[in-house]
Amino acid sequence: MVWVIHVLNGVAIGMLLFLLAAGLSLIYGLMKILNLTHGSFYLVGGYIGLTVMQRTGSFVLALIVAAAAVALIGTVIERYFLRRFHLDELPQTLVTFGFLFIFADLSLWIWGGDPVMLRQPRIFAGSLSMGDYNYPFYRLFLIAVGLVIAGGLWWFQEHTRLGTMLRAGVDDAEIARALGINVSLLFTLVFAAGAALAALGGVLAAPVLSLYPGADFDALILAFVVVIVGGLGSLKGALVGALLVGLLDDFGKAFFPQFALFTVFVPMAFILVVRPTGLFGRR
Amino acid sequence: MTGRVGSFVACVLVLALLLVLPQTMRPYYVGLVTKMLIFALFAMSLDLLLGYAGLASLGHAAFFGVAAYTIALLLLRAGIGGWIALPAALAASTVTGALIAALALRARGSYFLMITFALAQVVWSVAFGWRSFTGGDDGLPGIARPNFGWSLDSTVSFYYFVLAVVGLATLLLAAIVKSPFGRALRGIRESESRMQALGYDVWRYQFVAFVLAAAFAGLAGALYAYFNRFVGTEYLHVIQSAEALIMVILGGAGTLIGPAIGAALIVFLEDYISSLTQHWLLVLGIIYVLVTVLAPRGLVGLVVDYRQRRFEP
Repeated sequence: MVWVIHVLNGVAIGMLLFLLAAGLSLIYGLMKILNLTHGSFYLVGGYIGLTVMQRTGSFVLALIVAAAAVALIGTVIERYFLRRFHLDELPQTLVTFGFLFIFADLSLWIWGGDPVMLRQPRIFAGSLSMGDYNYPFYRLFLIAVGLVIAGGLWWFQEHTRLGTMLRAGVDDAEIARALGINVSLLFTLVFAAGAALAALGGVLAAPVLSLYPGADFDALILAFVVVIVGGLGSLKGALVGALLVGLLDDFGKAFFPQFALFTVFVPMAFILVVRPTGLFGRR
Repeated sequence: MTGRVGSFVACVLVLALLLVLPQTMRPYYVGLVTKMLIFALFAMSLDLLLGYAGLASLGHAAFFGVAAYTIALLLLRAGIGGWIALPAALAASTVTGALIAALALRARGSYFLMITFALAQVVWSVAFGWRSFTGGDDGLPGIARPNFGWSLDSTVSFYYFVLAVVGLATLLLAAIVKSPFGRALRGIRESESRMQALGYDVWRYQFVAFVLAAAFAGLAGALYAYFNRFVGTEYLHVIQSAEALIMVILGGAGTLIGPAIGAALIVFLEDYISSLTQHWLLVLGIIYVLVTVLAPRGLVGLVVDYRQRRFEP
């Protein structure tokens, strides 16, 4: 039974990682921007959710407000700071790094330096009893949410007009533009949506992983590992990579607590050697 | 030709200024200039990668920190001093550089950046997590400065020691950059495939550049450990890597003087702003965004642009 618990934990963490990595991966796939602010979207989203939760007590409202606010922040960054460096990777990376610092300092200023835990919604307060073990409902809820969002994104990408445009843009933005697709709007939409997904991840993770200064870096690094493993620009890669990293992370922490990160990084190094662009990455 | 004479005169003037400096300044500022020199070396080592080889690394602090920790651990855990510890520190950063290069150089562009970032963060996590050995986030205080026949305990004597080491390292870096090896690196930066077609083993050039950059970063890290008489996990943190990156870009990548100026400016700003407010990170972030938006090719780039505009109206 212990194994089932660890597998469930790993999948739950994997789902959170998927919310982060999906945005990172799609933003890169479409615009070739390596968004180092992505971990900050996660942390700031979590903190905004915390404040909303404290004021109103509504978890749903916390999710909505955090996603909307961070999407707005993402839009401003994309429109006014990244667009001018289109396809110029280094300045884009630097700008997103600057914002990483700015958000890290601002959130330390606003929300303080102590780790804070979001109270989980009351409906999921209990736990499911499995033999000798109890498994918290909230983590099962996380898995369900992750699966629903993954399914929704896949459906969106494969079966909607906007999704078709997105795929065309990822394949070749130049040609897509020539075919009359409004690539400029697409860029902003994807950047904002990616930011919103990261913010949702932050709010959803907050009752389990807590929020603290430096969580932005931690989230960013794990998201990097996910896309290095899965490949940039692919939704499938983000999902498979996230599940893999989530499981490795959980088993690592359980069985080799001293070297927790190594159980994640050694397989990453191995995959790099075999496939430098990740399992599902192109070029 | 006048340009070359001019820059030679400028070098002599700067060196003369640096030599008489400690006689005219308060010890606090001598310490600050020492720190500028150390970070100038660190930034120049990164520029070998970014400016000459065209590889943007976000994990350069790994080599800086590994060397610093080697100095500290050898001294505090084994009682081994400068004569052995300094070469050992360089060896440690070189080996770390070779390991990370072997993995990271399988990728290019954004993947390269992510991988150097992730691997450097592994090194950081070891220093952070292995409390019993590395002291965790308390760091390791009490590092005595080495004694190579004369004491380096005073601020001024240590300043001259750093000046000598950084000066020699800069000459070495200048020689590397001017050598056929350095020219080949620039060729690879401009077009990998073309250099490959000309028969250059691109991977080997990049690997050597990476390892050399790691070794020079290690030298800077070792000096910094002695300078502070302390090492901490922040030496290894990605913020340190990012600061080096902005030093290079602020000054101007692809020159040696640019990163040195960038380093001096950032060190000065950090000292000055930290005395006014706690929010150095916020200011650094704003500097990042502004420099990238306003002067993407750095201060050196601005000067070059100005000159060109003057000559071609």
